Amino acid sequence: MVLKVFFPSCCSSAESGILIGRWISEQNSAVILAVVHFPFIPVQVKHYLSEVQRVTKVSVSVLGSWSHSKQQKEGSLSEFLEDLGTIFSREPWIQISKEGDSKFWSCSTLQKHSKNPKEEEVILVYYDQRKVMLSHLHPPLDTATSTDHKAEDASKLSAIFDTVAKSKILFMTDRYDDGPIKLTHWQSDGVEASIIVELMKQASVPVCMLLTFLLSLISGVCRSRVLKFWPLSFLWSKLSTCEQLGHRLQHLQVISSNKKAQNQTQLMRKANIFVSLLIDVALGMLLMSWLYRKNRIGHLADTLIPVADHVAEELQDLLQWLMGAPAGLKMNRALDQVLGRFFLYHIHLWISYIHLMSPFIEMILWYVGLSACLGLTVALCILSDIIALLTFHIYCFYVYGARLYCLKIYGLSSLWRLFRGKKWNVLRQRVDSCSYDLDQLFIGTLLFTILLFLLPTTALYYLVFTLLRLLVVIVQGLIHLLVDLIDSLPLYSIILRLCRSYRLAAGVKFRVLEQQDGKPLRLLMQVSHL
Amino acid sequence: ERRYRSASGAPIALRRRQHSASCRELAVRCPRLQLRSLSAATSAAWLAAYGLFVLSENSMVLSAAIFIMLIGLIIYLHFVKIDQESLLIIGSLGIQMTSSYASGKESTTFIEMNQVKDVVINEAIHMQKVIYYLCILLQDPGDPQGVSEVVPLFQSSKPRLDCLIEVYKSCQEILEQRKTAPQSS
Repeated sequence: MVLKVFFPSCCSSAESGILIGRWISEQNSAVILAVVHFPFIPVQVKHYLSEVQRVTKVSVSVLGSWSHSKQQKEGSLSEFLEDLGTIFSREPWIQISKEGDSKFWSCSTLQKHSKNPKEEEVILVYYDQRKVMLSHLHPPLDTATSTDHKAEDASKLSAIFDTVAKSKILFMTDRYDDGPIKLTHWQSDGVEASIIVELMKQASVPVCMLLTFLLSLISGVCRSRVLKFWPLSFLWSKLSTCEQLGHRLQHLQVISSNKKAQNQTQLMRKANIFVSLLIDVALGMLLMSWLYRKNRIGHLADTLIPVADHVAEELQDLLQWLMGAPAGLKMNRALDQVLGRFFLYHIHLWISYIHLMSPFIEMILWYVGLSACLGLTVALCILSDIIALLTFHIYCFYVYGARLYCLKIYGLSSLWRLFRGKKWNVLRQRVDSCSYDLDQLFIGTLLFTILLFLLPTTALYYLVFTLLRLLVVIVQGLIHLLVDLIDSLPLYSIILRLCRSYRLAAGVKFRVLEQQDGKPLRLLMQVSHL
Repeated sequence: ERRYRSASGAPIALRRRQHSASCRELAVRCPRLQLRSLSAATSAAWLAAYGLFVLSENSMVLSAAIFIMLIGLIIYLHFVKIDQESLLIIGSLGIQMTSSYASGKESTTFIEMNQVKDVVINEAIHMQKVIYYLCILLQDPGDPQGVSEVVPLFQSSKPRLDCLIEVYKSCQEILEQRKTAPQSS
């Protein structure tokens, strides 16, 4: 069978030594994790490897020897390296040697107890240790299946990724540490760390605890009985601001929970929520700083009343038009006048109410604008609620028109059934025939005629007010769409894809490097992103 | 490199390379973008734009036409026009399919060897023709005899049966090695 050797590209220029890594016998492949340099004491190496094995649960062992000869004098070294094979008793013992700066290495195996001593083909696959370690192509940690299943189910390459990712502790020592063992791996030139990341990790625990405490207080207050009486609970359910605030509260609870994320999806979800909250609050602060400068709140309050007046005037014009002969249709004069006057009076009431509120508008707006610091989404929800409150009269007209139309249609359908001599059987939920008395038929037909001829008027009012309500609903719907977009856009994933695309790995890619006859096949394994 | 024809009659070329005993690369080169068709499309679009300009006396039409042509050409070269499709088979690792677009973009898919059940030539009804195509059958993890997915290869170059037979033979030689290999170790 073909022997596959996964060699880290950072060790290509390392000094001679022995190779440590993991041997996966089911796939006949060796994953090399690091190179241990001379001089070393074999007992210490074995002790160190058993320590690493205990901590990481990865069966790390000595796999072979690596000889990087700058000059051409290595006759005695090859026997020395073969003797090392007997000391470490590894079957098969892999020997990789590189001459000078040549790209083509020779790789051979030593089998002491092999049944068929034929030459097997060797494939050398280079991989970038850092990217393979950070990309999450290995299976999740909490699969409770036995190791046999794991070996079969896990695809070959995910086992490689798993090995490298779990051996993180092996990469924590660099060449400046004074230990008995000198390793070369991707971090051997200096362990990478960022002060900011470390500080944040240290600070995150107390911050999370504080946040959890505050959130439990707030949710306790929200759940108290005082706020659950009928008018208040109805009000809270209608206002979209409360819904958005509840949503954000839930998000905060998810972020500030004490348990670490179990797997990759939960981690990404937490990170996305966190970034989304940050961006939201930042945009909200920006909006607030823009709004509170140059007395814009005052300007806004000043223009609000004239705008409401203008809307009311337009509605009055519309009603006058409906009361006349709208679009050439002939309305029933009396009903027209009644409905028109009723709605006009309603508008008059509304305008007086707005004028009553006008001195307080600026102060209300000022305090409500402060809540924009909770986030842009909250500000947008407040805007949508303000629009709903200002166009409340349109909503009322829609309800009146719809109720009237609904009643009329029910009446018409029921009287139409009477006209034909049928009746709706409530018990059986179907239409049955029924014999009516003469006076019932007479009055029924009369009412039917009246309702039928009043139908165009009511239908027209219903149509006009439904269209107006639809307009308001569309505007509110667009605002809510924007709010949902900000809430659910996975910004962290997008940023990760643009900046560190290997962390969102979706697969691998192989590239065939230059070949030479007699030398093993050289491939480069790269992580391909989404 | 040998020349063949695609299903629609255009000339394509197949190149086979053997990197080692268990690694082969088969690349099919599609017909290039013809200068004739490009200039014909461009002149037709610009004539139409000039006609609109004469009718409407608005010079924005001309600049809009130029802009749209450029954007359309870039989109076509980057997302639509495939220059070469190649298949890299590494016995014991897997099969990798690469499509390279005219703008240089490459899109790669790698399928591991334990997921590959077989590589076969299938027939399909495409528009008004019946064509042959090469596909990879993926193993169903639960059912050893079942096929979970069919992945078609060389979809934009659509080689004819003679080219497909060459590719099929090369693939089968490598795939047979994995059947004989477990018995020897």
